[in-house]
Amino acid sequence: MAWSIHTYANPTRFMNFSAIVLPYVWALAGAGIGIGLYLSFFVAPPDYQQGDSVRIMFVHVPSAWLSQFGYGIMVVSSIVALIFRHPLADVAAKSAAPIGAVFTFLALVAGGLWGKPMWGTYWVWDARTTSTLVLLFIYLGYMALWAMIEDPNRAARVAAVLAIVGAVNLPIIRFSVDWWNTLHQPASVFRLDGPTIHSSLLWPLFVVALGFTFFFIGVLMVRMRAEILRRKVRTLQMQQAAA
Amino acid sequence: MDSWTEFFNMGGYGPYIWSSFLIAIAVMTGLALQSWMDLKKQKRLVSELEARAERKRS
Repeated sequence: MAWSIHTYANPTRFMNFSAIVLPYVWALAGAGIGIGLYLSFFVAPPDYQQGDSVRIMFVHVPSAWLSQFGYGIMVVSSIVALIFRHPLADVAAKSAAPIGAVFTFLALVAGGLWGKPMWGTYWVWDARTTSTLVLLFIYLGYMALWAMIEDPNRAARVAAVLAIVGAVNLPIIRFSVDWWNTLHQPASVFRLDGPTIHSSLLWPLFVVALGFTFFFIGVLMVRMRAEILRRKVRTLQMQQAAA
Repeated sequence: MDSWTEFFNMGGYGPYIWSSFLIAIAVMTGLALQSWMDLKKQKRLVSELEARAERKRS
């Protein structure tokens, strides 16, 4: 059979494939986070303005990136689920939501702990922080929809619509720091004229981010495996109740 | 001040830095554990239901 995107869209194939790759994903996540922690504290220098407080960046920034990465996965999977009815697409969307919510939460908490010494306050209704808080609420609303609607097929459709509508928040978060001149600093890594962070802080940041990303993929695969089995349990229960 | 005290003090930012890292580690570990325990539970349920179906057939 020729390889296509459908190759891994089959739940049985996904179960086999994920069982094989998961140990490697966890190993890469552990290595990235372990080496990243070492770099964060023993290699990265204190910032010339912010001193050691800049180390909070190594939690805050990767978490913030993954909060949007997770939502990106949810939106793409939701579109695929609605249009192509892929058997795995809504499993992926549902499984990504709690992971994205956790990283949004961590981005906000680490941001607050960085804000206190640098801005003088844990929280400010700044454009970036407010739109990120909205992202957290969208994640929670999405998860609540799945929890409330019992039929997985119906829940998948309703939740997919919410995920796609909520995607308008992503560019708002991205450009909030340019559109509104408020407290949160503008982009300093992904910008057209190149990063403005010194390379001694930038490369440890990428190592932590890579570790966090593999952690995200690992948890996503575990949750997708659990979700596939949950649906199998549901089918078996209905078969046995009917028999 | 010895070097470890200085290290934990982090130029006076210690409480902010350490709590942000510890919260991240705790929350991420919790998420991974919860996901893994749910997977184990679903595996157990599938094997129980399959065993029951098998008994009925025989």
